[in-house]
Amino acid sequence: MTERSTGVQALARTPYYVLTGGLAILFLFPLVWAAVASVSPQGGTAQTDGWGFGNYETLATFQAGIGRYLLNSTVVSLLAVLFTVSISMLGGYAFARFRFPGKNVLFMITLAILMVPYATLLIPLYVLLNALGLQNSLLGLALVLTMFQLPFATFMMRISFEAVPRELEEAALVDGCGTFRALVQVLVPAVKPGLITVGLFAFLAAWNDFIAPLILISDSSKVPLPLAVANLRGQVMGIVDYGATEAGVVVLALPCVVLFLLLQRHYVRGFMSGALKG
Amino acid sequence: MANTTHTTIPTVPEVARRRAGRGGGARRPVTGPSGRARRVPRSLQGWLYAAPTAVMVLIFFVVPILLVVQMSVSDWSLFAGNRGLNAPDNFVDASQHRLLWPAVTFTLKYTVITTLILLGVALGLALVVQESTRWKNGLRTAILVPSALGLASASLLFYALYSPQSSPINPALAALGVVDRPVSFLGTPDSALWSTVFLIVWRFAGFYMLLLMVGLQGISGDVYEAARIDGANRRQIFARITLPLLRPSIALCTILCVTGSLLAFDQFFILTKGGPDNSTVTIVQLVYNMAFAGQNHLGLAAALSVMVLVALLALNALQFRGLRGRED
Repeated sequence: MTERSTGVQALARTPYYVLTGGLAILFLFPLVWAAVASVSPQGGTAQTDGWGFGNYETLATFQAGIGRYLLNSTVVSLLAVLFTVSISMLGGYAFARFRFPGKNVLFMITLAILMVPYATLLIPLYVLLNALGLQNSLLGLALVLTMFQLPFATFMMRISFEAVPRELEEAALVDGCGTFRALVQVLVPAVKPGLITVGLFAFLAAWNDFIAPLILISDSSKVPLPLAVANLRGQVMGIVDYGATEAGVVVLALPCVVLFLLLQRHYVRGFMSGALKG
Repeated sequence: MANTTHTTIPTVPEVARRRAGRGGGARRPVTGPSGRARRVPRSLQGWLYAAPTAVMVLIFFVVPILLVVQMSVSDWSLFAGNRGLNAPDNFVDASQHRLLWPAVTFTLKYTVITTLILLGVALGLALVVQESTRWKNGLRTAILVPSALGLASASLLFYALYSPQSSPINPALAALGVVDRPVSFLGTPDSALWSTVFLIVWRFAGFYMLLLMVGLQGISGDVYEAARIDGANRRQIFARITLPLLRPSIALCTILCVTGSLLAFDQFFILTKGGPDNSTVTIVQLVYNMAFAGQNHLGLAAALSVMVLVALLALNALQFRGLRGRED
């Protein structure tokens, strides 16, 4: 009896499954298409007959080579993650656990970064990095990208530290730890989910950023991957090689999608708890 | 800001330590070699931990803000650098730029369309995948995957997807008999706008869905239960309960979406390059063009971006006030 009624229920819900299934396909289709198209035969690309990796070979030999651009992107992203995680960890600790003059002003100014348009900051930053001797440098780019991450990262780390019971830190301090040792040995393990979220966001933002390197990096061998793939389009005698573009999109998207799927549970939960507390 | 109990009500040891002040742990015995750290006053320690943040914010945020204001009143070119004050020439030139009003109009039109469609779609999706079943979790993942992509990567993907040469859409439409001749997705001002809106909805629907789901989960089941007992139907429940209680989340999404759309750049830079016929030039693109493409006039671009900043601050202040007014 129950078995039959669930069967009938499932049948009644068929339109629902068709509709929502179609929705899922709609969202996944462009990604799947890009992956398939990048290895399928197509006129005007390096892969004209049969399936294969011709487009990826074009990509590999484009200008400085994809290896170079991948390296640029990796260096910038890892530096941005390193800076963001360490600065926001120390800053979050300070904002959550200490009282010092100027604390609220500094916190508000950090959050105010969110209120200022990207482009408004990038024009003076172009001049400023030149003055600092950081023009055209991956380090300068990573520092700028870190600054853009600070509002979210600092806020996230502050609420993470505030959620840790004070007794945990007190115990360490009574046991004779300095505040730094208490931070490293007791608090960091407790705020690890927050640190991972902050690091993941910083990585994705730095890996994917387009306008900052567009303005700050003029040496074509130093550009990160998104800019290189965008440049690739107009390079071959004005004719766009869509196959190579598709291959570039796959290389760009793959690490992001893999990271997302691996950390999805964490990402969604961290995001939700953070948003709830805000 | 958050979790105020921890910041406003000091625990007993906290008070003790504050009283101890510069005395250096008079209340607590110093044991072991790490006692050195405790001689540093606690407020100074706080500053030390906050110092990297302060340095970053000062060098890469406060100084550039001051610099952009100086640049906006100076004759400052990309290659020749600063050639002295010329106020208010840049502001006059920027406000008389022939592309300014078309860009402002287009950006506003794009913002309204994107915000309405994106939030409508996101709300619909949030309602569909709200409960947690295996099928819905899968659905949620499928909708969220595009959010993992960068906006530039997504734009490049759709650049190929919309292209006459490699697009699978036109052959499919022709096979279904929907169209006689190929659709040009980026060829006319209107099609370029709608094609971009579709890309943005695809890329961001999952993100806003997630934000709205947080809001939906904050609505207690008891409220729904009470409404159902009172005989409310689905539509009434949605209009009288879900929507009003979801208002804070919708407001947050609106602010994020409006701000993001007003500052649109990547998608148009990659998909349309502002074309056809400069019909899809956004304000940020105009700033970029003034500074780095063609005119190479940093002062002019700085003036326009200061104007954008002021307009955006005013708009956000208005939105916040509207929000607070409604909550009272």
